Amino acid sequence: MSISKESKHAFDAAPWSGKTKRYDIVKEGTIALAVVAIFALFLSLLMGSPDETPLTFKGWAVSNPDNFYATTVQELAGTSGTATYGAPYNKGAEGLNVGPLWPQKWMGVTHPIDSVNDFVISPLSTQVMSTEIASAVATWKAAPDTQKQDWATAYDDAITKVEGKISDVPAGAYGPVPALAQGLTDMAKGGALDAALLSQGGFFQTDNTKQILFFGDGSYLDDAGTAANLQGGTWGMMNETGRYPGQAWLWLYSFWYQIPPFNNEESKPIGANADLYIMVLMGVMSAGLIFIPFIPGVKNLPMRIPIHRGIWRQYYDENGIKRRKK
Amino acid sequence: MSEMWTAKLRTKWQKELPIEKLLPDDQPAYVASWIYVFGVLTLSALAMIIASGIVLAFEGPAWYHTSDAGKFTNSMHFWSVQLFFVFMVIHLWGKFWMAAWRGNRFRTWATGAVAFISSIATAFTGYLVQTNFDSQWISFEAKDGFNSMGVGAFFNVTNLGQMLLLHVAFLPLILGVLTVVHVLMVRKRGVVPPIDAEPALSNRGPQ
Repeated sequence: MSISKESKHAFDAAPWSGKTKRYDIVKEGTIALAVVAIFALFLSLLMGSPDETPLTFKGWAVSNPDNFYATTVQELAGTSGTATYGAPYNKGAEGLNVGPLWPQKWMGVTHPIDSVNDFVISPLSTQVMSTEIASAVATWKAAPDTQKQDWATAYDDAITKVEGKISDVPAGAYGPVPALAQGLTDMAKGGALDAALLSQGGFFQTDNTKQILFFGDGSYLDDAGTAANLQGGTWGMMNETGRYPGQAWLWLYSFWYQIPPFNNEESKPIGANADLYIMVLMGVMSAGLIFIPFIPGVKNLPMRIPIHRGIWRQYYDENGIKRRKK
Repeated sequence: MSEMWTAKLRTKWQKELPIEKLLPDDQPAYVASWIYVFGVLTLSALAMIIASGIVLAFEGPAWYHTSDAGKFTNSMHFWSVQLFFVFMVIHLWGKFWMAAWRGNRFRTWATGAVAFISSIATAFTGYLVQTNFDSQWISFEAKDGFNSMGVGAFFNVTNLGQMLLLHVAFLPLILGVLTVVHVLMVRKRGVVPPIDAEPALSNRGPQ
């Protein structure tokens, strides 16, 4: 039997006037809730939930003092990831772009972070300092900006040359930078830096941005992420610590980071701007999901691939309805 | 009287979604597959998430680190979320293969799809407020994507306070409203008839 498109649409839209059966929607909902509750209860009692202890600056400075020290010097020299990030933290870089679109730069610096003062000088200033550290802070504050830059850059370069082994750095014109770095390392080892970075001299504070960014500038967080199999290049966005399921629903977002050109930062323009390209791509695909009913080809897949014959098998069998040719 | 907004709204509601449609005691006979169960299972998991989330909200985001009761409640919340997504994805695929948008049901499909996307955002903020190592890692990694879009200017994933408020207030509100509208549309439009259904067979009236 051939049915016109309009008739079919009218039929699909009209209230069903064919065979019906009893349906207790309240009973169905109650049973479903009980089943889900039992499942969740069973899984909770059997598996618990992930709770890996958060990293601390104390842990970083104690376990890898050279890396913490070198990162502090990078903050002073303006070469750290945070100092060279760009918006929304500072003007250290232009940000990412897709063609003529520079949304990161356009939104501007909305969460200003000065890696020198916010990460090093201000936290040190909250402490009762030794004479040497107090003198170093005073010298730093009194020096002209060009002098500060020369000291910190010279020391940062010297540390890079010896591949981060602080004890091998030769003597040089580093001004108060070594003392500042040592002072912050000692402060972190004592456990005072975590709170000082968060509070920044205030009382109430719920924004962990400065702590998180400082963490990310060194190798401590990155190494921990690698050890927990959480790196983006290895589907880490879907993973959770331990043996727990993570955000598996991010598989498609994570997928793009596994393939060229997105996984190659050297590849311009897409790889170098992968974060932005993938966000745009996912935005388009999300819109695609919403508008599937209007996308030629995709909207017809359910009619062409007869999975519906299984879903409504009983109806088709009872009424002897064969599949129509599409 | 008929000019009153309230009266107009009531008349429209009663016409389009009478109580018999909202709380039906029968349904089309073709609704006979396990795939139909996953919609109500998704709603049930959402109810579990909200219930466990309310308990967690009373005690704060760090409670579960130090309390057995907190750990249990957090586990219920965590696994309800996992079940919610499993059920919802199966429900979504089921509706896709039914072409469930047929017969003026696009808005039903669209609200479901937007609810799915909103769920991802809500769950994401949940992972950010775990106050454990995972939330440190996720916030550091995720900031780049949002910052690249310029969204980081007002959606700062490293701000625990902001993420917590969005997770327990704004995003659940959006998801809740979308879910209610989605379910009301399902009740209003009814369940989509089978592909290849014979109109002639449906004109016999209830049997």
